[in-house]
Amino acid sequence: MSINIPVTGAAPSHEIYSLRVNGQVHQVKDAWIGESLLYVLRERLGLPGAKGACEQGECGSCTVIVDSKAVCSCLVMAADAVETEILTVEGLGPDGALTDVQSAFLSEGGVQCGFCTPGFIVAVHHLLENNPNPSDDEIRESLSGNICRCTGYGRILEAVRTVADQRRTNS
Amino acid sequence: MPVLIPRSVDELVEVFQEHPAAKLLAGGTDYMVEVNLHGRQPETMISLRQVKELTEWSVRTSQSRIIIGAGVPYADMEVGEIARLVPALAQAARTVGSPQIRAAGTLGGNLGTCSPAGDSLPVLAALNATIHVIGPDGNRDIDFVDFMVGVKRHSLLPSEFVHSVSLPIVEGWQGYAKVGTRNAMVISTASACLVRDSDEGFVSIALGSVGPTIIRAHDAESWLMKATSLREGAQLEPSIAQEFGRRVALESKPIDDHRSTAEYRRHAVGVLAQRLLLRSFS
Repeated sequence: MSINIPVTGAAPSHEIYSLRVNGQVHQVKDAWIGESLLYVLRERLGLPGAKGACEQGECGSCTVIVDSKAVCSCLVMAADAVETEILTVEGLGPDGALTDVQSAFLSEGGVQCGFCTPGFIVAVHHLLENNPNPSDDEIRESLSGNICRCTGYGRILEAVRTVADQRRTNS
Repeated sequence: MPVLIPRSVDELVEVFQEHPAAKLLAGGTDYMVEVNLHGRQPETMISLRQVKELTEWSVRTSQSRIIIGAGVPYADMEVGEIARLVPALAQAARTVGSPQIRAAGTLGGNLGTCSPAGDSLPVLAALNATIHVIGPDGNRDIDFVDFMVGVKRHSLLPSEFVHSVSLPIVEGWQGYAKVGTRNAMVISTASACLVRDSDEGFVSIALGSVGPTIIRAHDAESWLMKATSLREGAQLEPSIAQEFGRRVALESKPIDDHRSTAEYRRHAVGVLAQRLLLRSFS
């Protein structure tokens, strides 16, 4: 997979900037200005959870949360994301433990090849954070920017309903 | 060169004057595609992310106008008060990309890119929006029709930027419709916005993706206003809607490209016009 590799001849900047990801400040050095947040997360910060597929904001596999908004990290210029709070799939569960959303994807069979899964997980967390009781239409709408080519979506929708139910029961 | 990050409109004016060749970065949803896939090499960038004033919007009740900051994202136009006051803009905003794109992409970014397929642009054209711009020599207002001058070309002067857009709050029906190759997440093949001012008995229709700029179908508008009443409570003959669609299609100037053919676009935009007019009476 090739993601956003700096074009030959494009000079790296010697500026250092920092990004706050999952509560930790990371320094980014010698980066090219055109690097996307997706590229920096994966290739410079060792956070490969967000996946690169379409590189044009259509597939949602690179979804992360920037300042409480779910966005495509492939379309965020990393150097422009300084002073924002970035949350990636790695930061959702405590110490690498699965979140309720991740567990539900497993128990409901919402994962096949798994490539789109991290993007879905982030999008579902974002949805349920903002709307704990989503209707089916609201679930579909909020996941309309995440493309899965394996599951046919049915089991993913089921996983979301399962988590919403569990959270209602537990609260 | 890092990304320059002004924190206020005054700082933005200053920074853009110092770096007239810099590129303004709003939501990044167009620009980063060019960087990722089309070999665009950014040099000096000015980020608009921290200029909070650009993300504000307000209603001027006395003038019946709404002022929307350039940095307001589509997600904020889809629902709530903006959607209530300018429903066609909300409809257009809802057709843009995915929730992730609508959270990032902005009204000012749509104007900066200035693509004939920009979804908000037919709405701005149909409503005679005024674009408030700021530059080294101060402020000025540009009518939308004078703002967009070609395919991805606008009339901003060096170091000028879009601050906000002023739209009238119109009594009556307004709507936006588009045709694409699928229902969601699609760049329009043809689009149209119709505004029917039922107080004034006035109609305007603007067309997207069927010409180098957004096109106002002025001849079809004038014909319709003579052919039938558009005031509240009036009835519409279906044959008039059909003829309106035919006349609108004649005013389009589409081309063949990778997204569609000129013939299909002309047909589709006529159907959209007819459909919008019928909806305005239903």
